[in-house]
Amino acid sequence: MLQFTRTKIILTLLTCLVGFALAMPNFFSKETVASWPSFMPKKQLPLGLDLQGGAHLLLAMDQDEIKKDWMNNLRDESRKLLRDAKIGFTGIGIQGTQLVVKLAKPEERDAAIKQLDKARQSIGSAVLGTGGYDIAVTAGNDDGTIIVKPTEPGLRARISNAAAASIETINRRVNNLGTSESTIVRQGTDRILIQFPGLKDTKDLKALIGETAKLTFHEVHPSLSAEEAKQTSIPAGYKIYPGDRSEGPAEYLLREQPVVQGDDLADAQPGFDNRTNEAVINFRFNQSGARKFGNFTKDNVGKPFAIVLDNKVLSAPVIREPILGGSGQISGSFNVESSNRLAVQLRSGSLPAKLTIVEERTVGPSLGADSIADGKRAGIIGGIAVIFLTILAYGTFGIFACVGLLVHLIMTLALMTLIGSTLTLPGIAGLVLGVAMAVDANVLIYERIREELRTGKTPIASIDAGFQRAFVTIADSQLTTLACALIMFWLGSGPIRGFAVTLTIGILTSIFASVTVVRLLISFWLKAQPKGRIQTVPV
Amino acid sequence: MLMKLIPVFKGFDFFPHDLNLPFMKFKAPALIGSILAMLISIALCLTFGLNYGVDFKGGSLIELQTKSGNADISALREKLNGLGFGNVQIQEFGTPNDVLVRLEEQPGGETAQQPAVQKVIDVTSADYVQRRVEVVGPAVSSELRMTGFIAVAAGLLAIVAYVWFRFEWQFALGAIVALSHDVLLTAGIFALFQLEFDLSTVAALLTILGYSVNDTVVVSDRIRENLRKFKKMELNQLLNLSINETLSRTILTGITAIAVLVSLYIFGGEVIRSFNLAMLLGVVIGTYSSIFIAAPLLGYLGVKRDWSDTAAKAVAATKTSRAKA
Repeated sequence: MLQFTRTKIILTLLTCLVGFALAMPNFFSKETVASWPSFMPKKQLPLGLDLQGGAHLLLAMDQDEIKKDWMNNLRDESRKLLRDAKIGFTGIGIQGTQLVVKLAKPEERDAAIKQLDKARQSIGSAVLGTGGYDIAVTAGNDDGTIIVKPTEPGLRARISNAAAASIETINRRVNNLGTSESTIVRQGTDRILIQFPGLKDTKDLKALIGETAKLTFHEVHPSLSAEEAKQTSIPAGYKIYPGDRSEGPAEYLLREQPVVQGDDLADAQPGFDNRTNEAVINFRFNQSGARKFGNFTKDNVGKPFAIVLDNKVLSAPVIREPILGGSGQISGSFNVESSNRLAVQLRSGSLPAKLTIVEERTVGPSLGADSIADGKRAGIIGGIAVIFLTILAYGTFGIFACVGLLVHLIMTLALMTLIGSTLTLPGIAGLVLGVAMAVDANVLIYERIREELRTGKTPIASIDAGFQRAFVTIADSQLTTLACALIMFWLGSGPIRGFAVTLTIGILTSIFASVTVVRLLISFWLKAQPKGRIQTVPV
Repeated sequence: MLMKLIPVFKGFDFFPHDLNLPFMKFKAPALIGSILAMLISIALCLTFGLNYGVDFKGGSLIELQTKSGNADISALREKLNGLGFGNVQIQEFGTPNDVLVRLEEQPGGETAQQPAVQKVIDVTSADYVQRRVEVVGPAVSSELRMTGFIAVAAGLLAIVAYVWFRFEWQFALGAIVALSHDVLLTAGIFALFQLEFDLSTVAALLTILGYSVNDTVVVSDRIRENLRKFKKMELNQLLNLSINETLSRTILTGITAIAVLVSLYIFGGEVIRSFNLAMLLGVVIGTYSSIFIAAPLLGYLGVKRDWSDTAAKAVAATKTSRAKA
């Protein structure tokens, strides 16, 4: 075992060299590394949020809202389709998760189903055999009824699309905060994880993503007020919306189908009203929005229309003249901050559904810096303790073991840098603990060598047997720890994961560093001794 | 060459190798004591209950640092208890100018947590800077609780499967009893002293599993080796020999691990202190369990004595033929 071929020596040393080169940038500041010549590796281990400070927010989408929205859309679409085909119906109602259509003439059912089938959209892929439709149109139990029901895959696709759309919207909104280092990723079906390094105050961030910012323009019922409608009955196609301001009515009766929506906005900027000096938002529609809005205002001069944000009426001005230019002004009870925010939200588009923060972990930059200092101090003191104990217990061979530990630490850092994992506080603990566990390999080997020596074997035979016999045990013990670490990685979240990554890499490198490198050092040492003069093993 | 510069000296072999401590003599009291300790731990977990941290219980944790001077905890307590967020826990955290504020999970589901935290931050912002905020809603906390439990169980199973694969079922049984002992006792101590039990404690438990099985595997390896070497030795004597032969390694590795953990515990900062404490407990308990539980159990269970190559091949052959059938 102590014989190394030339190739093996070169390979081992080369591996160490590459590891050193990869790990090196981590020991210098960003500025120093940037000034290095281009052939040198410059990648540094990014620090986790717990070390550099920042916000970690896990958001959950409101699935019910998405389903409800979809049902409303389906109802409107079904109504339109049936009218287009001139099929009479007495009612379309939403019952839980399905739409029930009651036809005027039961004999038209087949034709109606055929017509409603047009609302279906194919999802999945025909090639993979997962093709299908997002909704199913079937005959109901009663004569002359039709059931329109979202399918399971349809629902999944819907939620998945909504999550993707939410991520895009959040990305656009968050980019307005200035930093671009944030990461926004999907987690599971309906969750979104935002990681935002270096943020001092999460208040702005939370406010920015906390609103769906769905802006709609509605027609106000020409004669009936909300109170009157409540007492009698709400006309078909109309709905009561709460008001957002202290002045003006508390509720409004509006047509549910909006005239124009926020999707049609081309721009929104915060500004001030010339007369009242109140914070407002100036907006501009795109072409189709401008046309729709122009037509509506032309037909409704003298009547009020309502500007609705997230189902609350911001204001309901009276149309004095047709607005054909496609731009306008929204006033509400804004201050400078909230108008700025709303402008960002409107420009970025609305979220498909409200997002709720289900988990937050925010670390201030000062705590992060303290944690790094603490981790470094504890690591250095722990390391010195290990080096002291090892050299005390094993003499010259103990020195070799310490070199192995150093290589182990550097290789672990190198591999972490290479795979681009982040260094977290539990990660530092894992690193330090990895050193303690790597030293176990050397303890096993050296104790074995001593044992072999006690049985009266020659020094070289003892060293050889020590490495050989201990290796099985080392491999066994490392593999079991590896199993633990991998499970931590698969099941763990956040802090557990960072710890598992360093532990796993530490185990992988420890066999190379504590066994191969140390063995190579010992073989060098043996060669350097005068021939036939090794009487004692300095272990 | 360079190698000539390295001083040649022997290490200090502090361990008396001819001690031959009669561990197996104490196997009955040790096993009974360990089983009793496990039962007490379970009882402690059930009666006292584990003091779940924010990760598992839900709710919020806010670390605050004074802008100047020491924190006035009683004034802070008075201020925050008046907000109507139920029981607000306030404690000093590491230094006199750091405080940790804990809010219970607020009634009203996921949306009710954030406003409460914001209120606490707003109320304290005149005198304190926020250092850390952790808010875990009801859905996530129950998921994390589940994940933590599954992680420990899966870790146990994976290890046992590996030991079974590498050794015999008796070794695997010994390992699972020893490991369950380690996990239960650590949890029991956490329950007794009401130490905070959170995600990092689960990570510590998993690492303890890894460390403890390390010890167990080292002893088991030696037992197997001795079974081949001394075919006629009485089993209890052989087990005792194996434990003694590996004792110097067990203790030295334990000392280095404890040295590192003590350094992490003292200097590693307040944030990972509970993790380090769990690890420290676990290393001590884990070392004990591989000496006094895993190996002695083999004395009761008995093991296959013929480890010669032909016998091993025969076993492998029956295994494969069984697998084929």
